[in-house]
Amino acid sequence: MGKTIAEKILSSHAGTELKAGDIAICKVDFCFGQDGTSSLIIDSFKKSGRKKVFSPSKFCMVIDHSAPSPNVGVSEIHKKMRDFARSEKVGLYDIGEGVCHVVIPERGHVRPGSLILGADSHTCTYGALNALSTGVGSTDLAMTLISGKNWFRVPESVKITVNGILRKGVYSKDVALRIIGDLGANGCTYNSVEFYGPVIRRLSVEARLTISNMAVEMGAKFGVMEADAKVAAYLNENAKINKGIEGVTADKDAKYVKIKGYDISSLEPLVAKPHAVDNVAPAMDLSSIRIDEAFIGTCTNGRLEDLKIVSEILKNRKIHKRVRCIIAPASKRIFSEAVKRGYIKTFIDAGCVVVSPGCGPCVGTHEGILANGEVAISSANRNFKGRMGNPDSFIYLASPATVCASALEGKISDPRNHIRV
Amino acid sequence: MKKGKAHVLKIFDNVNTDYIISGRYKFKIANMKDLAKYIFEDIEPGFYKKISKGDYIVAGENFGCGSSREQAPWAIKEAGISAVIAKSFARIFFRNAFNIGLCVVSCDTSSIKNGDVIKLDLKDELVINISRGERIKTMPIPQLMRKFLDDGGVIGHFKKYGDFKI
Repeated sequence: MGKTIAEKILSSHAGTELKAGDIAICKVDFCFGQDGTSSLIIDSFKKSGRKKVFSPSKFCMVIDHSAPSPNVGVSEIHKKMRDFARSEKVGLYDIGEGVCHVVIPERGHVRPGSLILGADSHTCTYGALNALSTGVGSTDLAMTLISGKNWFRVPESVKITVNGILRKGVYSKDVALRIIGDLGANGCTYNSVEFYGPVIRRLSVEARLTISNMAVEMGAKFGVMEADAKVAAYLNENAKINKGIEGVTADKDAKYVKIKGYDISSLEPLVAKPHAVDNVAPAMDLSSIRIDEAFIGTCTNGRLEDLKIVSEILKNRKIHKRVRCIIAPASKRIFSEAVKRGYIKTFIDAGCVVVSPGCGPCVGTHEGILANGEVAISSANRNFKGRMGNPDSFIYLASPATVCASALEGKISDPRNHIRV
Repeated sequence: MKKGKAHVLKIFDNVNTDYIISGRYKFKIANMKDLAKYIFEDIEPGFYKKISKGDYIVAGENFGCGSSREQAPWAIKEAGISAVIAKSFARIFFRNAFNIGLCVVSCDTSSIKNGDVIKLDLKDELVINISRGERIKTMPIPQLMRKFLDDGGVIGHFKKYGDFKI
């Protein structure tokens, strides 16, 4: 019987042949925590009674969720992380470095075929680089920190093929929303999703990362793609990685619990409505929804390509006077490059507020918390009630282009009306 | 386990970790006992006050989806809940629960009504609904998870065996 990508990578890390349903102990290549989860990681590490981390080079922490700190409580957590990084000689990406899921692959911690755990649910992002990566809790992560391994149940796999051609104004975010809207928040729970097809192959690595990032929004454990020349170029350009990038492919006779095909040639810009990611509708049907805040950034859509799309739409234009448009470049490198290319000037001239690289207002701790009854449209991945800090507010999710078009009009808008050829 | 009251959540399916414990409290409050006072605050204000020690939380599909925050099972455990009973669980929450020593079990929860007195029998894999005289078969808990529960969580497990003991 042939094997899926998940079966192959978990087998190689367990040192024994595994199939879906097996439970095994696997070596983990890299693990990390962020400032929402690292405090508990450090506590669990100390409670375990172990004196040392297993391998300091295989762990790091990223301060991104509330960075810079908005209050004393968070400041104490950040201090605890800095102290731990110093005493254990582990890596720390401090405030302003960016969102963990953008920084980790950018800095060369991800390779095709590797097994990665992160104390953050969107760790599945690196599937776009052919890594098996998934989110765990803090204590779970601490066990890997002390032992270099963890237990895994080998997941059943789902095969999704995306066919057709993406039309102008339609992006990988819309593809992700289309799939999640169809399969539902519970559609792939505990599955490893493998993405294939000409649309995926034609997408840039940055755009692919958006799709893998959102795999967890349908319950998936992994959201993995094949490694190709684009992945090799990404790793080389960003992290000077040239070796060990062949990646892992599934066998032709691998077994899948679900096989789905999507033709996206007629796909339109989509929006996830409050308060669920699978509550999806076309942007053009929501033009009666007035917005108060627009947010562009996050591990889903805060990369250079996203900022480029937004700057092309905003060039020589002003956002609607009632709207606050907040932009958080997803990493320091992206921020710096966006300055060099003039995107940031375009944003400022258009009336946007550019905040430091990090999660920005996505997790509801600072930098744009909504007032009661207010409506936001965001390029993030979650719109749960209260997500952006106020349970009495409403969050719509869309591609950066749709968010930006909505910021121009003051209501949810189809970006195709604003894209200049 | 002892008998306790069933708290059936009004939002039955896809209860996410933001709903279990909001991100705004997670960053403000480090003590889990204090954090527990705010469980389900955004979807059912005043929920904590209705709980007596040993009660059960009852939900539908995909309980605990969303963020990986371990504060979610901690808050439930520290609120005095003895187990969460749902049709299914999101995978990160499922792991987190056993890692910290909170019992979660899957079964058909559709017949359990809010306020029913129920009892979880781990040995015979049953939820006994005392109020309705019903016995509901639960999914077996994997052996490794049972060990974690017996050892008081994964840290206790590591202290006892020095490693994962499958």
